[in-house]
Amino acid sequence: MSKKKIVPIGPYHPLQEEPEFFKLIVEGEKVNELEIEIGYNHRGIEKLSETKHWDQVTFLVERICGICSTSHPFAYVLAVEDLLGITPPPRANYIRMIIDELQRLHSHLLWLGLVGHFIGYNTVWMWAWKAREPILDIFELVSGNRNNYAMMKIGGVRRDIKDDDLLALKKVIKQLYGELKLFQKAIEDDPVIHKRTKDVGILSKEEAISFGAVGPTARASGVDIDVRRDDVYANYDKVNWSVVTLTDGDIYAKVIVRILEMFESCSIIEQCMERLPKGEIALEIIEIPQGEGIGRVEAPRGECFHYVRSDGTNRPVRHKIRAPSYVNVPTNLVSVPGYTISDAAIILAAVDPCYCCTERSVAFSKEGRKILRGEELIKLCQQKTFKLKESYDNR
Amino acid sequence: MGLREKILTKSLWVYHISAGSCNNCDIEILDCLTPRFDIERFGMQLIGSIRQADVLLVTGAMNKKSLGRLKILYEQAPKPCLVVAVGSCATSQHMFRPSYALEDALDKIIPVDLYIAGCPPKPEAIIAGIVKLINKVNKL
Repeated sequence: MSKKKIVPIGPYHPLQEEPEFFKLIVEGEKVNELEIEIGYNHRGIEKLSETKHWDQVTFLVERICGICSTSHPFAYVLAVEDLLGITPPPRANYIRMIIDELQRLHSHLLWLGLVGHFIGYNTVWMWAWKAREPILDIFELVSGNRNNYAMMKIGGVRRDIKDDDLLALKKVIKQLYGELKLFQKAIEDDPVIHKRTKDVGILSKEEAISFGAVGPTARASGVDIDVRRDDVYANYDKVNWSVVTLTDGDIYAKVIVRILEMFESCSIIEQCMERLPKGEIALEIIEIPQGEGIGRVEAPRGECFHYVRSDGTNRPVRHKIRAPSYVNVPTNLVSVPGYTISDAAIILAAVDPCYCCTERSVAFSKEGRKILRGEELIKLCQQKTFKLKESYDNR
Repeated sequence: MGLREKILTKSLWVYHISAGSCNNCDIEILDCLTPRFDIERFGMQLIGSIRQADVLLVTGAMNKKSLGRLKILYEQAPKPCLVVAVGSCATSQHMFRPSYALEDALDKIIPVDLYIAGCPPKPEAIIAGIVKLINKVNKL
């Protein structure tokens, strides 16, 4: 019997943009077990949210994750609107959908590029990210920033899309169709990509359900789930589109699901632009009464859930966030073991993990590896306030 | 200017640390490498090992867990090593400052040579910042 050997990946690893720590327990080249350690990105956003004004929280939740920076504010404003019992004007709903689908396009292209990079096809990386740039230009045209758009607002959207910008958007979508077809063909035709991705990192339907996987990860395993259809928000019931599902559950299926989803997104954006009515873009909200509300949005990685509770003041009393990667990342525990170390990197990346979204209340003390929870965190929080107070008093 | 500084500015090899960021700055840093901006033309490259790095790019608001790792990485870097803080979080902790999970700002932990503000800074801003950094080293 060989001894148990551990191969660490991370927390700062050239393959990953984000810090996360994987321990691969290997025998020879085969991975037997996997341990996941996260928390390098924890910023305590749920707690911070309780210290901010209702309107400021939209900007805070936007910075949970840079890639889904529309999904989080979108889910949050839906939660507050659920609390208020209002629906935004139709034009605002369509604008929200356009921005949300554009974000899905940019996120999937980004992921496609990274997968190409992971399996050693840097050309795919460069081409996918080149195709992504025009989308970011549209964001800059509409909102003034490439990545944090700040479009969502309680009761509507913060700014309108001008007619000139719509023309530019139409051109970009038309161009993107061609590029997506090129990617689809390139991936379907390449025997090396098939070898690397087919029958690798299989997640069966039962496992996907038992882990509660969401989004493209679940849809590639044959679980027919999509919040946009199952719990309709905005105007997703008024446009024609379909949920893409495949049954294989391997990495190839995950790639293809995302590529086909991008075609759907393009079609949704085109339909939204056709149906965009004239009129108001936001309702005026004067105060937020007592109550609670939930908001669910299909982020690029799966269901994003926000819960808010109000006691009638200008701040939320409780704000709970559940990001899609929180359930998708643990599926690696069953999909990685049994494959080689060289396959592990691509399998770990295939769920499109977003660790910034996932970070929970896990804090590690300086001395050891003790995990702090609940009461200890509150104590830490209070200590920080005292510290800040002291520094102000000393001025 | 010593020989070491002269060699340092010829082709900067960059090591990237994300210390509790939201991913946006990290994406924009990677974006600098892709065809539209392509800073590899100037010999700049992201590398996998801190032992070969000339520049330490730090993003994020510095949470408690990544703090220890950052100190270790800075000690391991060969000196002279330039430290660049990218994004509002790394420069000023941004809106996360009151959070319980954060400690000191980056420049209280390690010396910082260049601050690039913005949430996130555009790739053009990052490139402009690096150019300023090279000019600064050349004037030493």
